[in-house]
Formats: sequence, C-alpha cells, structure tokens
Amino acid sequence: MTRRVVITGMGIVAPNAIGLDAYEEALRGGRSGIRHVPLLDELKFGCRVAGVPQGVDEVAESYFDEDELLAMNSSHRFGCVAAVDAWTDAGFERPSHEDEHVFWEAGAVIGTGIGGIDTIGERIVPMVDSGRVRRLGSTMVEQVMGSGVSARVSGLLALGNQVTANSSACSTGTEAIIEGALRIRSGLADRMLCGGTEGASHYIWAGFDSMRVLCRNHNDEPEKASRPMSASAGGFIPGSGAAVLHLESLGSALERGARIYAEVLGGALNCGGHRSGGSMTAPNPVSVRRVIGQAIADAGIEPDEVDLINGHLTATGADPNEVAAWADALGATPESFPVINSTKSMIGHGLGAAGALESVACILMLRGGFAHPSLNCEDVHPRIEGYAESIPHKMKEMPELRTIIKSGFGFGDVNACVIYRRWTQ
Amino acid sequence: MARDETFAKVMEIIGRYAKNKDALEGATDDTNILEDLKVNSARLVDVILDFEDEFDIEVADEDADAVNTVGDAVTLIEAKLG
Repeated sequence: MTRRVVITGMGIVAPNAIGLDAYEEALRGGRSGIRHVPLLDELKFGCRVAGVPQGVDEVAESYFDEDELLAMNSSHRFGCVAAVDAWTDAGFERPSHEDEHVFWEAGAVIGTGIGGIDTIGERIVPMVDSGRVRRLGSTMVEQVMGSGVSARVSGLLALGNQVTANSSACSTGTEAIIEGALRIRSGLADRMLCGGTEGASHYIWAGFDSMRVLCRNHNDEPEKASRPMSASAGGFIPGSGAAVLHLESLGSALERGARIYAEVLGGALNCGGHRSGGSMTAPNPVSVRRVIGQAIADAGIEPDEVDLINGHLTATGADPNEVAAWADALGATPESFPVINSTKSMIGHGLGAAGALESVACILMLRGGFAHPSLNCEDVHPRIEGYAESIPHKMKEMPELRTIIKSGFGFGDVNACVIYRRWTQ
Repeated sequence: MARDETFAKVMEIIGRYAKNKDALEGATDDTNILEDLKVNSARLVDVILDFEDEFDIEVADEDADAVNTVGDAVTLIEAKLG
C-alpha cells in the first residue's frame, strides 16, 4: 500500500519570527534572528551570539495552563507551541481535557538533538549534588526524557497513533518528516505531526563552542555572523526553536477538503559508517551523494526537475564539500545548477530543529514562488565560485518554482534528504 | 493563622495544578483533590513541596500520602503550624 503524502498544516517558532505569516515576511526580507547573548560574555564563550525565538513565553502562557507550563523548559515551549499551531493550521480544534475522544489515526514524530539539558544543568545537577533530591518535584523526568515534547503534545491534542521522538543530531528534523511520511505512505497512520525542537541554553551550546565549530569573529555584528557559503565563514551560529509540519495522506486531506500546501514527494535516510573520510563529526562524501540520489529515485523525478536546493550549509568548512556533492549527485554543471540557499544564514543552526525550521521555509517558498536570500555570502567561498550565480543575495521571485530538495546532515555521519513539490489542484 | 486563611492559601496552591478550574470556586473541606479538582496524581508531590515553601513546614511522605481532600491538607498544615 503506497499513499501520497501532503502537508496540510505548519507551526513555526523561529529566531526571526513566530507564526507562518511573520516567518514568510522575515524570509522574504532576509531578516536575521541572530542576536548578542550577554550571558555568553559573562561565561567567556568564544561565540557570543545565537538565534533565540523572541516572545515565546507570552505565546506559551496564552496557550497552556499553569500546570502544563510548570513542566515545560524552553524546548517544550517551542515544540508545543509549534505543534499546536500546526494542528490548528491544518483545520483542527484543540480538544478539551474533558473530551474523551482520541485521534487514533494521528500521531507524532517530534525529535530533538540534545534534549532537556537546561533542566539537567539548572535543576537536577545542583539539587541532587546538594542532597535535595526530594525537592526536585514531579516534572523532571518529563522535561529531560528524549520523548518529552512528543509526549506532551500527544496529551494536548489527544493523539492515538504512534507518538515518538527521533534523534539524529542535526538531521533530526528532516528525519522526523521522512519517518512520518513513510508511516502515512504505508497506511499505518493518516496524519502525523512531524518536526523537531531544540531549547535555547548555554549548556547546549557549550560543547560546540569548546569544539571550536562556532563562529567566534563576528560577536560584534550578530546579523553578519552566520555566513554559509562565504569565504569568511568561521563556524556555525547556534540556533534554537521548533517547527512542526502536519503531514496527511492525500486521501484524508481531499476527503475533508483540507488546504494543501505541498506534497512530500520522497525522501531518503542513510549513514556513511564513518568511512571514506566520514567520522563522528564529518560526513562520508559517498553517503551524501548516495542519499541525494536515493531521495530523487524515491520521489520518482529526474535530477533536472530540482528548481531549488535548500542545503544543510551551516557555515563551516564543509559547505564547499556539500555544494560539490549536490553538483555530483544532480549531475549539474555550474550553468545548470539549481538555485541554492541556506536558511541558517538567517536563523543560525537549530540543531535538532534545523531540518524542520528549514522545511517550513521550503514550503513557504514553494507556495509563494520565491527563493529567500542566503545572507552574508557576497564573498562566495573560492571553491563555490563557479556556482555563485545560483545563490540569491536578495529575495528572488520564482513563480515557476515547483520542486525543492532539502538536506540535513548530522554528527554520527547520518544524512537525510527530502523532496517537496508545490501543490496544484 | 485562622483555618479559613489556611484554606484559602491551600486552594491557591492546588488551583495551579487543577485541570477542573470550575470546581475550584465551590470547593469545601470534602473536595477530593484528584477526583474533583482533576489534579494529575504525579503533581501531588509538587503540591506538597509548595505547602512546605508557603507555610515553612516539612511534610513527611506518610503524612503526604494521607492527604486526599482539601480538608485533609488544611488539617495537616494547621497541625504542623501548631
């Protein structure tokens, strides 16, 4: 049984906008969500800027009751707001706690790269180490368990199908969408809320800072700090937030007359096995080319049907390798290379949320017929120079935009690639 | 502290966790915290911790286990306060 899968709702909590309209406006305008974080000065981080969604607490307090908020760290607040928004955007009302109906046909795959480390750092470690275990209260486990957000969302929305959380580092969000799409395709679910969430915490960013993979030389110019594909890229900017997409079988969407944003044409997941130059922190170039080819085969399209590449493109030294992989896998010359952009240039690297935050950008670009600008790469990296014409520095109108390919690569040498197509009746 | 004052403070604390906000209004000593106010049973731990903070008391686990109604909580706190 193979069924077509479409996207009928979305929710977004991004560093440069909350909500779909605001996010589209920010994307079109090339508005950066990277800001200076004073705490990082105090703590002597190398990188002192980050992408953190603004004003989320006010939204969360209007959505959730006091009891729910007591058990929600930043990752939970981002993820739950995005999930509820995706659900209502898809045309469903939030069920009341008293309503015993369970949506057996609807589930969730909402992943995270790091999880509730802010709760561990701020509550569990100091209290346990000072002998105050009994003062921790009842909300610690649900805030630090990997499946905490999907578990909370299932209660908010009465989900009855598979409810789980995936984790594959920086490919988590993209992987979640593919996992959910496969479940719908196979007939095991009609609707799946899929995406990723990552909290805003110096405890999450510290390990990356210590690895020296974060940008250290643009602390005074936050909006210029995230520089994918640039010759002056000096590392990625940590981001945070959440995005959730409401995936649905085409049959279910048509039957209820749902508004359809786009189709998930196909996707693929793999791992490079830490061979051929791949490692815990670097992708095997063979596996990257392979996952792109597999996604194209799964979607049943020709490589030249791809109009836009929304890359993983984090602003590390790996960007030129990624562009080379796209050219190889698509069989593209510099002349035939599709438009390419990096959403991270505006919002930083949302880690486990990245693939979902960027997928929502893809769907908005498909629907609106535009390519958002890729910021801060006017000085294109010398190894990408041949493809410079493919990079929009300002918003590019693309009324014929039909097909976007999106990748996510993660620590552990894991890769995800998904293909979206504009929906036309 | 007068019993009705303690009762009001207890209700304020339990109210944070109650799913049935409508039942808070007419609550009495006999109101069951879990069944009538729909407090999630796991959250009783947090209710007790909030009592400890609010009234500056310590509640042993066996005393906490005996709290079923709002009245049970008020009586327990009054006894601790002497």
